[in-house]
Amino acid sequence: MGFIRALKGDTGGQIMLFLLGLVAIVVPILNLWVPASSPWYLSTYTVTLLGKYLTYALLAVAVDLVWGYLGILSLGHGAFFALGGYAMGMYLMRQIGERGVYGNPELPDFMVFLDWSELPWFWYGFDQFWFAALMVVLVPGLLAFVFGWLAFRSRVTGVYLSIITQALTYALMLAFFRNEMGFGGNNGLTDFKDILGFDLRSDGTRIGLFLASAAALALGYLACRFVVSSRLGRVAVAIRDAEARVRFLGYRVERVKLWIFSFSAALAGVAGALYVPQVGIINPGEFAPLNSIELVIWVAIGGRFTLYGAVLGAILVNYAKTYFTGVMPEAWLFALGGLFVLVTLLLPKGIVGLFARRKRSTAQPADVTP
Amino acid sequence: MQLARILLLGWGLVALGPASAQGHAPREPAQAAPSFEQSLTQLLDPSFKVKSAAVDAIAAGGDERAPQALAALLSGRLFYRKSDRRVVYAERRTDGYRITDVLSGEPLGDAGRHHIKKIGINNKLRRQLRAAIAGLALDHVEPKVRLDAVRRMMSDPDPNLAPRLQARLDLEQDAAVREALEQTLAVTDLVSPDAKVRLAAVGALRGNLEPVVRNRLSTLREQDEYPEIKSAATQALADIERKLTLYAKAETLFFGLSLGSVLVLAAIGLAITFGVMGVINMAHGELIMLGAYTTYLVQQAMPNAGEYSLLVAIPAAFLVAGAFGVVIEQLVIRFLYGRPLETLLATFGVSLILQQLVRTTISAQNVAVENPVWMSGSLQINPALSLTYNRIYVILFTLLVFLGLLLILKRTTLGLQVRAVSQNRAMARAMGVRSARVDALTFGLGAGVAGVAGVALSQLTNVGPNMGQAYIIDAFMVVVFGGVGNLWGTLIGGLTLGVANKLLEPWAGAVLAKILVLVFIILFIQKRPRGLFPQRGRAAEG
Repeated sequence: MGFIRALKGDTGGQIMLFLLGLVAIVVPILNLWVPASSPWYLSTYTVTLLGKYLTYALLAVAVDLVWGYLGILSLGHGAFFALGGYAMGMYLMRQIGERGVYGNPELPDFMVFLDWSELPWFWYGFDQFWFAALMVVLVPGLLAFVFGWLAFRSRVTGVYLSIITQALTYALMLAFFRNEMGFGGNNGLTDFKDILGFDLRSDGTRIGLFLASAAALALGYLACRFVVSSRLGRVAVAIRDAEARVRFLGYRVERVKLWIFSFSAALAGVAGALYVPQVGIINPGEFAPLNSIELVIWVAIGGRFTLYGAVLGAILVNYAKTYFTGVMPEAWLFALGGLFVLVTLLLPKGIVGLFARRKRSTAQPADVTP
Repeated sequence: MQLARILLLGWGLVALGPASAQGHAPREPAQAAPSFEQSLTQLLDPSFKVKSAAVDAIAAGGDERAPQALAALLSGRLFYRKSDRRVVYAERRTDGYRITDVLSGEPLGDAGRHHIKKIGINNKLRRQLRAAIAGLALDHVEPKVRLDAVRRMMSDPDPNLAPRLQARLDLEQDAAVREALEQTLAVTDLVSPDAKVRLAAVGALRGNLEPVVRNRLSTLREQDEYPEIKSAATQALADIERKLTLYAKAETLFFGLSLGSVLVLAAIGLAITFGVMGVINMAHGELIMLGAYTTYLVQQAMPNAGEYSLLVAIPAAFLVAGAFGVVIEQLVIRFLYGRPLETLLATFGVSLILQQLVRTTISAQNVAVENPVWMSGSLQINPALSLTYNRIYVILFTLLVFLGLLLILKRTTLGLQVRAVSQNRAMARAMGVRSARVDALTFGLGAGVAGVAGVALSQLTNVGPNMGQAYIIDAFMVVVFGGVGNLWGTLIGGLTLGVANKLLEPWAGAVLAKILVLVFIILFIQKRPRGLFPQRGRAAEG
């Protein structure tokens, strides 16, 4: 019931969830039941692409939660996303079993290749889906908790925090590139065969993953809405606007920050876990600082401080990226760089802010508090 | 050159005897000694015995041309012409050989493969030749040549040469050569059958860092029959080990300082834009890249300048990167003062645009920047420690840039205004400082310094469109670690991180060392959020 109340007054969110539901119904029909010859047919490739966008959207929502509502510009959310992805990748790796190139039932191929004789301890349990699913949430959440506990307690804020989150993801990237870490080094984890017994290459599984992504996005959105419309969320916004004042009023600022930051990280982990089976690979490149910064721009373009704006931004920018890299790859970085500059200069509230301003200027011009 | 030598040492001169050959220490040859020419013809004899005697005679004769001839014989470049049995140097060409007369040094043109024949040697002769060549160098008039010859012998000592070395030692005047001779003799003495001689040699070799000394001493420690010699060898080895560890530490420190200098160079421009102005410039790495590319373009534009193009590149890179900096400030950053997170995003966009700009206008591949000759090679301090010149130059260059910047900030009007604006903008404006202009110039200065850093980095790493990204995180770490708004903090922070990285590397590996340093900084910032040297007073509260 709380979830329903969370949507009250959130017109954009309602529209977004309605559209999401519509897509979740239409896409499977167009892919599975429309013949491939029909112009309405949606290829499995497109379905996977859409599923990927939805996981990105979930990630953007997670970033928006901490940036838009808590004022923490995290340049390391890509790391939480990738950690969730690795947890899922490890499960998928164990599912390959004897079908690997070396046919070892216990060890993934890259370990056989490195002459390892037994599974490292941190790979234990990943043959069970429930365990992997737990780790998808726990590993990023715990890392964020420890990191945040250290950072927020000593009141590292603003730009400093942004820079050390970036250092965090950079350090993780360097670490995962090492073969000795036991995560496949440079190549990462790939060659997945099936998930929960379903063949990853079949259309049905793809649709299933797409629907799971849509559901995760919807649930994640509702959960974030729930957080921001709760009392905790109002304190968070207050912290964003005047941290010292909130502290003087007697709130435990670092606790609020810590819980929301950890929750956001766990959400990013879920997004990563759904991303990996759809793209079929996870490698240390996902930790690259560039990725983390890029996802911040999705949020900025869509409009921070509105969670649906983040969804909009993630989908729009990624669609543009797919389009540009296909049509004129050399122009993509120009376009992305230009977006960064123009959006921050001209559209501080993003696309959503553009609409909101127009509405306000026609409807209630006297409104001074945005 | 060759002509001059021929004039100087014409036939008659040589006939007077080797004492007249000026390049050699005077030594009296036996009266009946055959002349250089006679010995040379003897080399054509098929008997190796005769050849051996000829080599001895040539070496003892002390003729000016002897070293070259013997070296050619050793490396198989000494031939004779079948038609007139004249001994020649032959250089392999695509078809046949180019030959030069040994006696006169006069070029004799090209000769076919069938017209000349190589003077053959065997292994015994080869050994003899090596000793003879080394012996000739021992008597060279230049102390440096003698020293080199002795050093070469030390690394592979030949007991048969000992009397020769002893003879030289009796004549030698130069202190360095004497010392080297004594050490080399001591190395050969280590295998002497006389226990006293061995013991003395062990004593003399204490602290010698040549690998061969260490090997021989450890054999002695294991196998010698006398316990005194064994213990002396043990002691001498301990001495050597201690010295080696010391030099290894010095080398680590040097590597650390040079890495630290690179970090400082990358960070110092940021120390101005971020530290003094508070602007998060994510395009800083790309400004470094622009500096490196300017170096490349300057080299392309003046291909003949070679050595000096770097000197042109430094101001050019400063101007190019500085101009880009001013443009970025005017177009983007100006509108975002006081909104650091937005600045971060916008400048990141700028960095992407700059990268792609280089990719489309120049090349997506790395470009080859030439290193001047004076940057290559290394300074050999002793057998255990050598410092490469490019690292030395980087350290010096960093200090120079740092001092220059410090002078600008502390001694010029611009510096005064920069500090005034960064400390209290409103007050500075009230005093008549045009803060907008100062902002643009400060940012241009920081960007220009980044460009100068790019010139230095182009000599050390690959120059490509992505090179800036490799430095941006490190640069921020250095500035944050050192303390924002403090140039000294940046210098000390950068050097500390460089040395820490190199100290960790031996036992953690390069990548893990880097990760550990990053983790350390992350933890350090928790403890001291304002870095090593935090700003105090009012400025800290802004």
